[in-house]
Amino acid sequence: MSGMSRRTLLTRGLAAAAGLSGLSVAARLAERYGLIPPDAGNIYGMGETLTYAANRLIVGDSAAREFPRHMISTAPFANPSMPGEMFKRLEAGGFADWRLEVGGMVARPLSLSLPDLRRLPERSQITQLACEEGWSYIAEWRGAALADVLNAAGLLPGARYLAYYSTDPESWETIDIAEARHPQTLVTWGMNGNDLPVGFGGPLRLRVPRQLGYKSLKFLTRVVAVDGVRHLGQGTGGANPQWGYSWYAGI
Amino acid sequence: MRHTATVRITHWITAFSVAALLLSGVEILISHPRFYWGETGNVMDTPLFSLPIPSSRSTVPTGFSYVLPDQNGWSRSLHFQSAWLLLLAGGVYLAAGLRTRHFRDRLWPTRSDATWRVMRSAISKSLRRASPSEREEWSYNGLQRMTYLGVIFVLFPMVVWTGLAMSDAFAAVSPGLVSALGGRQSARTLHFVLTVLLCAFLLVHVAMVYRAGFVRRVRAMITGQTGSHKEKP
Repeated sequence: MSGMSRRTLLTRGLAAAAGLSGLSVAARLAERYGLIPPDAGNIYGMGETLTYAANRLIVGDSAAREFPRHMISTAPFANPSMPGEMFKRLEAGGFADWRLEVGGMVARPLSLSLPDLRRLPERSQITQLACEEGWSYIAEWRGAALADVLNAAGLLPGARYLAYYSTDPESWETIDIAEARHPQTLVTWGMNGNDLPVGFGGPLRLRVPRQLGYKSLKFLTRVVAVDGVRHLGQGTGGANPQWGYSWYAGI
Repeated sequence: MRHTATVRITHWITAFSVAALLLSGVEILISHPRFYWGETGNVMDTPLFSLPIPSSRSTVPTGFSYVLPDQNGWSRSLHFQSAWLLLLAGGVYLAAGLRTRHFRDRLWPTRSDATWRVMRSAISKSLRRASPSEREEWSYNGLQRMTYLGVIFVLFPMVVWTGLAMSDAFAAVSPGLVSALGGRQSARTLHFVLTVLLCAFLLVHVAMVYRAGFVRRVRAMITGQTGSHKEKP
């Protein structure tokens, strides 16, 4: 081996060592600043992490696009969904017993009725709901800011994710706390000037307008603040990730 | 033509990524093989056009009596992971190309190249299966230069742009880049049209490689050795 190639070898070895330690520092920083999504460990974890980290860094608190009233879709569409047995019971009672339970890492767990939620400051937004399949529609959504609900319950500082559940025990999702506290994330009870129709997730749906439709869970009954998602269900952070879909759905 | 290691490595990473993007793209596409113009569109709207293929969703009217299995979960993840890989390879390629003047010296058309006469002669020569001139053995003709520049600086950036325009989070940061395309559904439709153009380029590209001697050319793109005596440094 000539001196030149030995020098090259040495330089490359040092560069590789620097690169590797740089990577481990980057990984530790990313973990500390909450840039690692719950599905970072699977075979598409590299892509999921890059997408989520890029979005956390670049998108930040930016607001989802809002549209003028004349752009509201005259024919919105929703995929059919099965709300489950519990829903049928509540529907028979005219949703009078519908509750939104607020629990987990909060100072004051709450149980809010639909009238309770309507008494919170009303928010409305004309935003687009886009399905991962490719189709979309624009509607006006009306409800309470999830941030107001969480403030009323007193979110504890260690909370990093919000898990949210439907009347259908198979349907649940999680989002990070920044998304949960985003002013456009709405506990929605109205759509296009009426009560939220059952077909679109009524009487209560969580609207997460900066992410795809599957994050906007229909038939919302419970939100739980947690410090991690590993101990929830199968540890994937939601029903859709369990079925192979990305946990972060901003793209 | 002898390529640098950077060009060869980024070429194969790009080829690998594009293959994965096409496969996953088709899988995502069959969940809604309808295209719209403007901001919104769904099965309640009249499509701009739709593809005569079956769908993986029962809610989409297709004219086929069966529904294909849902593959969107892994397809979407593979699509974005491959897109990241492509961006990485593209970034390295662009930086290296600018640094070594690859674009200016080898891809930017020379004054004599950029005429219709030269383009026509390149096409007719190719159709007559005439063997390349000595100059063309180690350089690109005018038609090739224009095509490669178009693919590198127009098609690929437009595919990335129209893809990103379908992201709700990206649209939150740069709404203007979505409206400039005509809206979310327009971006999706353009993404598809650009992909078709890219496939057309790929077909011609592979056909040309095949005609120039598939094994020799592929080996050259892997090892950097052309095995040609006419080669110039």
